[in-house]
Parts: sequence; C-alpha cells; structure tokens
Amino acid sequence: MAKFERKDKNKLAAISTASLPDVVFMLLFFFMTVTTLRETEQLVTVKLPEASQAAKIERKDLTSYIYIGTPVLGYQQQMGTNARIQLNDAFREVSDISNFITAERETVKEDDRELMTTALKVDVNVRMGIVSDVKQELRRCNALRVFYSSTKAGTE
Amino acid sequence: MARKKREAGEINAGSMADIAFLLLIFFLVTTTMDIDSGLLRRLPPMPDEHQKQDDAKINRRNIMVVLLNSRDHLSAGGQPMDIKLLKNAVKEFVRNPTEDPQKAEKEIKTVEGLGSYPVSKAVISLQNARGTSYDAYIKVQNELVAAFNELRDELALAQFGKVYTRLSVDQQQTVRKAIPQNISEAEPVDVDANKK
Repeated sequence: MAKFERKDKNKLAAISTASLPDVVFMLLFFFMTVTTLRETEQLVTVKLPEASQAAKIERKDLTSYIYIGTPVLGYQQQMGTNARIQLNDAFREVSDISNFITAERETVKEDDRELMTTALKVDVNVRMGIVSDVKQELRRCNALRVFYSSTKAGTE
Repeated sequence: MARKKREAGEINAGSMADIAFLLLIFFLVTTTMDIDSGLLRRLPPMPDEHQKQDDAKINRRNIMVVLLNSRDHLSAGGQPMDIKLLKNAVKEFVRNPTEDPQKAEKEIKTVEGLGSYPVSKAVISLQNARGTSYDAYIKVQNELVAAFNELRDELALAQFGKVYTRLSVDQQQTVRKAIPQNISEAEPVDVDANKK
C-alpha cells in the first residue's frame, strides 16, 4: 500500500504514447482487410437466411444486387411496412427490374456478360410471392444466373 | 558522405494516433463485414410462346416433386416429409440403388475421364406457393444442394480419393457431368389453389 501514499506528489511520469499509433494502425489494417466498401445505402432491412451449403460469390464485379425486405423505420411512413424491392439507391417495382438489368449489362465487358449474376438479398420473413415475381422478371430479361444470398451456417 | 554527428531531433508523433484513429473510424463507418455467400442457381430460360411445352419428354418417374405450401409444410414425392429427411430422400431418389421402378431412371453414358457411368435422369422439381416464407424456401433449396453436393463428394472420393471441392477443374467437370444437378424451379404454381 506504500504506493498510494504519494498522492500529493504530482510529478508522475507521463505514459509514453509512442506505440499508440502502431496499435491503432494495426486495428485499421485489420478492418481494411476484413471488410468491403459499402456500395449502397440500405433502404430495406434484410436479415439473410442461413444455409449450410452457401458458397462464396465468384466474381463480385459481375454481380448486381436486388434487395427485398421491409423498408427501414425512416421510410415506413412513405412506403408502408410491406416488403419492397430496392435497386441501387431507391425503392423500385418489379417492372423496373428489366431496366436495371439492362443498365447493369452495359457496364460489363461483352465477354463477361454470360457470367453476370444477380444476387437476391431477401429478408427471411419475406413471402415467396414477391420473390417469384422478381424471378419471373429476371427470366424475362434472360438474367438466368441468380444467387440466393445467405449467411453460412455451420455444416451439421 | 560522412556527416557531422549530431542528435536527431525527435519528431513529435503524438498526433499520429489521432490521424490513425480518424482513418480507422472512416473505415468502420463505410465498410460492411458481410462476405457474400449464398446458393448459386440457374433459372430456366423463358419458354418460347410458339414452342410447345416439352414437359412430356421427361418420364414421370424421373421427376420428384417437392412442394412447399403457404404454411411452409413440405411434401416430397407425394408424401409429407420433414425437412431433415429431405436430403436423404433426394439422394435415394437420384441414386436409386435398388433399381426401383418408382424412382429415377439411369442411362449409361460415357463421361470423359470416367468411362461409362450410369447417369441419373432425375429432375427435382421445386414448387412453392406465394405465401411460402423465404426462410423455408431457402432451407429446402439448401437441402437439395446438400444432397447433390454429397452425391458428388461420394463419387469424387471413390474415383479420385478427394472431396469434390479439392478436385482439379477438369475432374470437377467430370463429376458434374456424372451427377448433373437438375433442380427445376419452373413456373411458380399456386400450390394451395388445388387444395381449397
């Protein structure tokens, strides 16, 4: 307890903070490597389903995303609480998908168009009706490679 | 170039931490942790209006219908089934070891790298109602994919001594040809309509 008796002596040596930047940089690099940049603002809440057989997406640059879920709290007054489709940064209807797919196709080199994939990020609570509509629309646009986004669950 | 020895003045590194923190916070805010994973599927092409439906070409016994109704009840091959049993039922149906006439036919085909191999003609037809929950749908999809993955793994182990994912690209293609993954999710059928 002798250490606590020197209260009045305020000549404590300053703790060296020289290694603090190193620690923070290490954290920074960790986060830079494990994360990806967010492309779009989420307008719908999406909780992905679990699937044990989930495989990683092959070419991220050839993937376009379709989000389906209930609008986030801030938009519920305008859009209601039913499941809605989000393309890029806005709420859209099923009929807008063909334009979206065409636009996405334009951004890709011709050789790669075959490999273009549409990733469906759908909330677990969504009913299949809207998903079926989206799938039918994708078939109509001839965007046949679909990817049901899901989180990887432990295998058995 | 020998220099005069003198004490190097120490650079104040105190603000370095602040800069690093700033960067760190920027990355924390702009990034997401999720790795994109999921189930890759190929949708059937839209049927031509002038073309007749060619469903009849596939023999009835080769189709296993997996139904998922709006209450998320599952039935496979005409009888209600628990989701846990689906994988094995599908494997059994595709493999058909006892040559059961109720289950899928096999056709001897020459597969490159394997020689002649009885390739199953099985088609799994997944049908759902509009009210089916996406969660249940993905669970069923997952089981179907799992069944085929296991079949492929078994063949890969028997032929090449490795699991499917560890094979070379050519070998994977061989296995894929021997066990084609025929999961059809054709036109959405209202499963509940004929029950009411």
